[in-house]
Amino acid sequence: MKGGLLILLATLSTVLLQPLHAADNRLVLTGSSTVAPLALEIGKRFEQQNPGTRIDVQTGGSSRGINDVRTGLANIGMVSRALKVSETDLTAHTIALDGIGIILHRSNPIEALSDGQIKAIYTGQIRNWHEVGGQDRPITVVNKAEGRSTLELFLQYFTLKSSQIKARVVIGDNQQGIKTVSGNFGAIGYVSIGTAEFEEQQGGAIKRLPMAGVEASIDQVRSGRFPLVRPLNLVVKGRASKLSQRFIDFAHSPEVHDIVEAQFFVPMEP
Amino acid sequence: MSKRNSLFQWNLDRLVVPPLAVAALICVAILLLVLAFLVYEASPVLVDGGWRVFLSDTGWYPLEGLFGLIPMLWASLVLMLGAVIIAAPIGLACAIFIKFYAPASLNKVFRLILSLLAGMPSVVLGLWGLTELVPLIAKWQPPGASLFAAILVLALMVLPTVALTSASALSAVREDLLAGAAALGIGRKAQVLGLVLPAARYGIWSGILLAMARAIGETMVVLMVAGNVVQYPHGLFEPVRALTANIALEMAYATDNHRAGLFASGLMLTLIVLVLAWAASRIVGRNQHG
Repeated sequence: MKGGLLILLATLSTVLLQPLHAADNRLVLTGSSTVAPLALEIGKRFEQQNPGTRIDVQTGGSSRGINDVRTGLANIGMVSRALKVSETDLTAHTIALDGIGIILHRSNPIEALSDGQIKAIYTGQIRNWHEVGGQDRPITVVNKAEGRSTLELFLQYFTLKSSQIKARVVIGDNQQGIKTVSGNFGAIGYVSIGTAEFEEQQGGAIKRLPMAGVEASIDQVRSGRFPLVRPLNLVVKGRASKLSQRFIDFAHSPEVHDIVEAQFFVPMEP
Repeated sequence: MSKRNSLFQWNLDRLVVPPLAVAALICVAILLLVLAFLVYEASPVLVDGGWRVFLSDTGWYPLEGLFGLIPMLWASLVLMLGAVIIAAPIGLACAIFIKFYAPASLNKVFRLILSLLAGMPSVVLGLWGLTELVPLIAKWQPPGASLFAAILVLALMVLPTVALTSASALSAVREDLLAGAAALGIGRKAQVLGLVLPAARYGIWSGILLAMARAIGETMVVLMVAGNVVQYPHGLFEPVRALTANIALEMAYATDNHRAGLFASGLMLTLIVLVLAWAASRIVGRNQHG
């Protein structure tokens, strides 16, 4: 029975992993779900311009991208953060930038918060808006779920540990964050700046706060002055294969800037 | 098997039996495979740190090695019970109304609406909860996304399950009982309370258990409106995270032990649903024998 089960699992895993063994005209990308939609669109255009090639994009988080590139399951890993010291065996190619900004409900009179105040709010030392000069209203801290690279970056910037944060609402993606904040007068959250800017223009009831005195806008992310920025990377191990290199070059080229901007990210100048 | 079994006298049956047996085996095998898969995927944490960490750890911070599942287990159970406590009486009242009091024209419309509500995708209900109900509660008791919001939306979701299963349980009560009661001059109210409800009680209970299984397995709604903060449910307006929402929130980003921990919470959830299904089948079985 146990042997039979193992055989079955082995068969299953072979079948499931089959598509990951890349052929010459085929690239497999795995990793960050932030980069995946971007890579998917770039891949479609790449396929159109290079008939016969196929770009497979699968999500699973930045860590999976790193693992898969190391084990050879993927040709290119998608990683939505800078590489760590322990990852110097890999080469990162940044194709776009994404800023992370603090958002409040539009009706909140607060115009700016210092880094220290934000940290105090997220760790539960400040619990009411009147303590930072606002109305008498309890603060609803909106945090991201464990494992998301947005959370990782936020923690890193404010030198916090996940368990120190006293959240009142935990969200998954940016859209859920924006909907939660726009439905709650006392809420504070952090989301991708591009998405927030777009929602604000569409009339969403949110507003972006400047971070360390710098306005949270796509322009400021582009200028490099905004402090909370993450690179969206394509990662390869050692020398990239010919096709991988062509895809990475293509993802850098001005030809895909419209795709990058359509997803509210900031394209990298080559 | 007896050679005199008359079913096997015809060749047609001989042809039909093997495929049917295979189909039946597949059904059973799928459940066993899912269970085996869950155990296999969860095994790194089940053996590695011991399954006890799920019960003893103080919080759920998988990246820091803390895997306490109990607050989420309680949250799931409280959500389920809360939803059913609201939905069961209303659903039962709906069923009694449809069966005994509604005029024929209204009856059809009512049933149609209930069926539509039963088929409503939970993501739509969740979206409604997130954009309409939660802001409304937030104005009154921030943060809005809370146990209360999730119980309300879940109750709305399982209400048609209770109503429709109860209605069919009421319909299954033998007509001659009612005719007999009417002949004895027993009034409608006494018929319903004294005769029909006791006769249909097993069907009603299994409908309620079905609703419970649906409520505890529901993911989208609780993910969107419950707030997802891992803590014991200690207040109606406090946010909580259910086991299902935990898996949906973190699975796409989890690796190694974090991932295995999520499979362990899936295993726990599956066991709860199996217990509910077993209880429901016991009740239905008692109905058939008694």
